[in-house]
Amino acid sequence: MRYRKGDGERSGLFTRRTLLLGGAQAVLLSTLAGRLYQLQVLDTQRFATLAEENRINLRLLPPPRGLIFDRTGQPLAVNRNNFRAMVTSDRGRGVEILVERLDQILNIGEAERNRLLRELRRSRNAQPTVVRENLGWEEVARLEFNAPDLPGVFIDLGQTRDYPEGELMSHIIGYTGRVSDEDLVGRDDPLLQLATIRFGKKGVERSLEDDLRGRAGAVQVEVNAVGRVVRELDRAEGQPGSNALLTIDLDLQRLAAERLKDHQSGSVVVMDVVTGDVIVMASTPGFDPNVFARGITQSEWRDLLDSPERPLNNKAIAGVYPPGSTYKVVTALAALESKAIDPWTVLPCPGYLTLGDIKFHCWLKGGHGGLAVVQAIAQSCDCFFYEAARKAGIDRIADTASRLGFGKLSELGLPGESPGIQPSRPWKQEKYNKPWQQGDTFNLGIGQGYMNATPLQLAVMAARVANGGYEVQPNLLLAKATPREELVPPPPRETPVAQSLRFDPKNIALVREGMTQVVAAGTASMLKVDGQGKPLPPELMFAGKTGTAQVKRITERERDMGITQASLPWHLRHHALFVCWGPVPNARYACAVIIEHGMAGGATAGPIGRDVLVETMKRDPSRHVDRFKKMASR
Amino acid sequence: MSTAAVSLGTPAAPGLGERLWRINWGLILVLTAIAGIGTVALYSAAGGRFDPWAARHAIRFGAALAVLLATAMVPPKVWLTLAWPMYAVSLLLLVAVDIAGTGRMGAQRWLMVGPMQIQPSEITKVAVILVIARYYHGLTREQAGRFLYVLPPLLVIIVPVGLVMVQPDLGTAMMVLLGGAALLFVAGVRVWMFLAAAVAALGCMPFAWSFMHEYQRKRVLTFLDPERDPLGAGYHITQSKIAIGSGGLFGKGFLQGTQSSLNFLPEKQTDFIFTTFVEEWGMVGALVLLALFALVLVWGFSIALRSQHHFGRLLALGVTSMMFLYVFINTAMVMGLLPVVGVPLPLVSNGGTAMIAVMFACGLLIGVNVYRDAQFPLVR
Repeated sequence: MRYRKGDGERSGLFTRRTLLLGGAQAVLLSTLAGRLYQLQVLDTQRFATLAEENRINLRLLPPPRGLIFDRTGQPLAVNRNNFRAMVTSDRGRGVEILVERLDQILNIGEAERNRLLRELRRSRNAQPTVVRENLGWEEVARLEFNAPDLPGVFIDLGQTRDYPEGELMSHIIGYTGRVSDEDLVGRDDPLLQLATIRFGKKGVERSLEDDLRGRAGAVQVEVNAVGRVVRELDRAEGQPGSNALLTIDLDLQRLAAERLKDHQSGSVVVMDVVTGDVIVMASTPGFDPNVFARGITQSEWRDLLDSPERPLNNKAIAGVYPPGSTYKVVTALAALESKAIDPWTVLPCPGYLTLGDIKFHCWLKGGHGGLAVVQAIAQSCDCFFYEAARKAGIDRIADTASRLGFGKLSELGLPGESPGIQPSRPWKQEKYNKPWQQGDTFNLGIGQGYMNATPLQLAVMAARVANGGYEVQPNLLLAKATPREELVPPPPRETPVAQSLRFDPKNIALVREGMTQVVAAGTASMLKVDGQGKPLPPELMFAGKTGTAQVKRITERERDMGITQASLPWHLRHHALFVCWGPVPNARYACAVIIEHGMAGGATAGPIGRDVLVETMKRDPSRHVDRFKKMASR
Repeated sequence: MSTAAVSLGTPAAPGLGERLWRINWGLILVLTAIAGIGTVALYSAAGGRFDPWAARHAIRFGAALAVLLATAMVPPKVWLTLAWPMYAVSLLLLVAVDIAGTGRMGAQRWLMVGPMQIQPSEITKVAVILVIARYYHGLTREQAGRFLYVLPPLLVIIVPVGLVMVQPDLGTAMMVLLGGAALLFVAGVRVWMFLAAAVAALGCMPFAWSFMHEYQRKRVLTFLDPERDPLGAGYHITQSKIAIGSGGLFGKGFLQGTQSSLNFLPEKQTDFIFTTFVEEWGMVGALVLLALFALVLVWGFSIALRSQHHFGRLLALGVTSMMFLYVFINTAMVMGLLPVVGVPLPLVSNGGTAMIAVMFACGLLIGVNVYRDAQFPLVR
């Protein structure tokens, strides 16, 4: 039988080789067991952690941002519902098609499309990315309708800031924006890592940022591989941001802005001389902060930046101007304090003084003859203050000015505040490496030369003189409270808690008398009557000081050629200033007005100061806290 | 001729009772246990539901069991006759798949026959074993050792390998190649020829690289360094290792696996079913499952060694090697020891054709035992 022949031979070989093969397979199977041991016994902790990380996702819950109100309870910054389209990508798969479809539905545009592609491709752990904010109902509907074609896209209800007063409060409230790297310095709040969180960039939104933001809540969720939430494991509620009452009186603020509208740009500050509360802080022109909330475009931003009137600039705290004659209050006080003059010291005014071969003119051609301090303030006699400054000396003036608040930042806390410049010997030495000159003192005596101050500083000066020499600090925050506490204004206060500046009360009284005479019989006597020409009642009488600050000096030759202020281009005209306080004699409010290139202080800035101050005295917001109304919707 | 055979004292063909007795019921019990584990794992992969996989898996196993028993009762002579026709049909089907197949992830592997999806590559694996066993059945030891005689079986292996590479199905290609090599080895092909082939294969590697599909290259590179793209191509293997590793010694418990139920695992019901099971049942469960497969292999070897005819020996060993390759390639792959190639875990992974093919092969194996002393003439 053929089939049996030789079978023994090949069967023997088969058996040997089969056993060899079986042995090899046994070895390979043992390798598998070894690998199992390695993965499941030796490295199991590491893999267990990785599995948990896969499964558990900690999501932060952004708290609602605190609301901001004026002192009467009117809303200045609130939150509005914001429907955003968000997207999580499945490890970057199919993002091109997805973004293409989103573009068809939302018309997101080239630049946004590229941003989305970039963010989706690098997104790990399925962190959602924002596609578009502030969706309208129609867009929401279109997205929902197309939902089956848009894997990973979902609509998220968030909140955006809304500023009901818009431009009127733009400089005080400021706005919010995406968190920048410098915002993160010194803050390790995990909330700031969220893509949707907004951070105060300007104004109170910035200065009260850490109060307004609140604390993040967190929710632990189980997620699947594409980041979809399967169920909630744990939840910790956060704390909503604190709400704030500002010291601003919205109605008075509106009046001030209204009165500034006749001029291209200017600023008004009203302060309570007892508490330091800033009642009005207007700066025109402003901007619409709601544009920032919805996302400003490149061209809108450029327009704001390039405007010569600097709408982004809060001129009340960031605009610096030579104070001009309003500074004579400081010079007078310094001269009295130094005892270089007394109330009866008459200084001559022949129309000009000479120092070396330089003539220092008085504004009144022909001069005032000779005046004592009260009349010198009332008539704003330049010669008197050249001489008074010389007698007091630069050191005394710088010291007095510094005590009145010049040359340094206030405690207001708003970002962007300028300290202005209060020149002094060391200042000039450091800045110009030159010694102080007598001529510098002359210039400083009438608030010109190197001297620079902000409207806020002028208001602070007026307030400190008006309250009898107390170091009140400007303040914007009336009260703040977490949403669980009650937000109400504090009870009214009648005496300053601030420290005394230790001026001689008699000297302060003399300066106050000088300022009273400015309005009663001096350079601003036209302000004794109101806008309709009716005399002001005694309880609304106020004191003040006019100022006209030189931007470009008109030479004698130009004057002979008939060049006047009005014929100069706008940006070269004099600034018009006015500081005032009232009522006389028991002052409660101080006010500073500057009209950029307004030419004449008394004529341009004066009526605005009068109207705003008189209206403030009438309403008396510091004493009438009963005008505060709680928001019904809170 | 047949009377002469009887007169020589060879036993007559066994009666029905004897045949039923010779069926390896223990082996069938082990196979059932494995399929049971598969059902449990699929139930879990579906998140604790019989739909869509577990129920159909169990039913399909019932049908496949009938196929196995029927196959086991067919005398090997019939398979000897059918070997070449089956091989031819399987080649035709492979060509058909290349032309008209449906597939996913860039590979064409399925053929629609009415409502049924069949995967011809599964049939090919068995057909190659049958043809090679038949071929060496007719050769003496000397002939088997000669170089010229190794060329026909090589061709028998290379043609289907080429066809499945086109699909492309690296897993099946590897299985046919290695399974065929194992058969040639036990059939008596000289060892130096294997060494020469290995050297030649190494030499061809750069050449093969240029013929590989982008996704295959990616898989190989990813296998060499899974961290190079943990969210892309390396994702599968990384997530699978996390699932297995986090299972630990005793597992997370039935239906408690987080990796598979939350969809971190890809292909959790097919190629990665081992991972799903091991995440929940731990190393203990994995060893039990591997031990069951090892039992099947031991059974296979013993059947091969006890067969009185060469065709049976080779057939049994071919089937056993195929089972080993399935189990080893699949589990080594999900544990990150081999590149990701599409090889299912027999009787555990969801999939109809593979289960029928495996059970048919086991039927052949048991048939070898039933007819272990059958005698049939050598045919060329």
